[in-house]
Amino acid sequence: MHDPLAFVIAVAHISAAIALLNGILTTIGQGKVAVQAIESMARQPEAADSIRSAMFIGLAMGETSGIYGLLIAIIMLFANPLVNIYIQHMG
Amino acid sequence: MSVLPGGDILLDFRVDNLWVLQIGGVEIWITRTIFNTWIIMLVLIVLALFLRFKLRRFEEIPRGLQNAMEAVVEIFDGFLRNSGGEKLMPLGKWFFAVFAFIFVSNISGVVGLRPPTADWATTFALALATFILIQVMGIKYRKTGYVKSFFEPLFIFFPLNLIGELARPVSLSFRLFGNILAGTILMALVYQLAPIIFQFGIPAVLHAYFDLFMGALQTYIFCVLSIMFIKGATE
Repeated sequence: MHDPLAFVIAVAHISAAIALLNGILTTIGQGKVAVQAIESMARQPEAADSIRSAMFIGLAMGETSGIYGLLIAIIMLFANPLVNIYIQHMG
Repeated sequence: MSVLPGGDILLDFRVDNLWVLQIGGVEIWITRTIFNTWIIMLVLIVLALFLRFKLRRFEEIPRGLQNAMEAVVEIFDGFLRNSGGEKLMPLGKWFFAVFAFIFVSNISGVVGLRPPTADWATTFALALATFILIQVMGIKYRKTGYVKSFFEPLFIFFPLNLIGELARPVSLSFRLFGNILAGTILMALVYQLAPIIFQFGIPAVLHAYFDLFMGALQTYIFCVLSIMFIKGATE
């Protein structure tokens, strides 16, 4: 650790990558929603319209956690408060 | 500036400041978001006035442009009636305006504008309007029953219910903002960091997906979720 600022920035980048890992679980959840919706549509084609709108709402709800992870990653990379704290601390 | 402050980095997808107005000692920053919002408002107003003058002679049996416009309004009314019910029909004009504004904002990335919805200020303002509508409609239709619903099933659940209520505009605004911002960042990556051979044809596909498809889908999601929240408050 020759340069503490570089260490802070490296940790910020790694944490941004970890925050984006929740995309894995978000995608699995959205896939389950889509699979169930398609199965229901195949079973009851006459209810396809209402199933489709319910599916979109479910997908949007499931997407929320992925969006939060993305925002955390963006804040870590471009608006990181830790770097400012470090710079103030070092004067 | 919005969520993303300035700095020296390679990527440029931020909301930059165009002018600073001094009004009574208060600095008002005219950012790119505000400027692009004006452009979109101008487009929508000009379109609305054009259609108004085109449809001056209202015909009993519609044809041509009037037919198309009536179809648009009827489709939107049917969508609102299906997902919201009769109680929400007076809000149809508001939701049509919101739908038109968000949709034109989202697809404005195609012509090179920075979408205003890629700024949290815009989406939070829209979500705050939804939040106010939820409260107003809830109190209007259920009176004290709506206030009482915050204390159910027990009195001590009030903080939880309050947090759940306050989380709605936040999640609603972040969903739209995050989706559009992700598209903006990816387009900035392709335009500014990719080698020049990747800049033929590939941006067109990405624009079609991120701006047109995701823009239309997120507009629909925003409106459907707003309608569902308001419907949940009125019942």
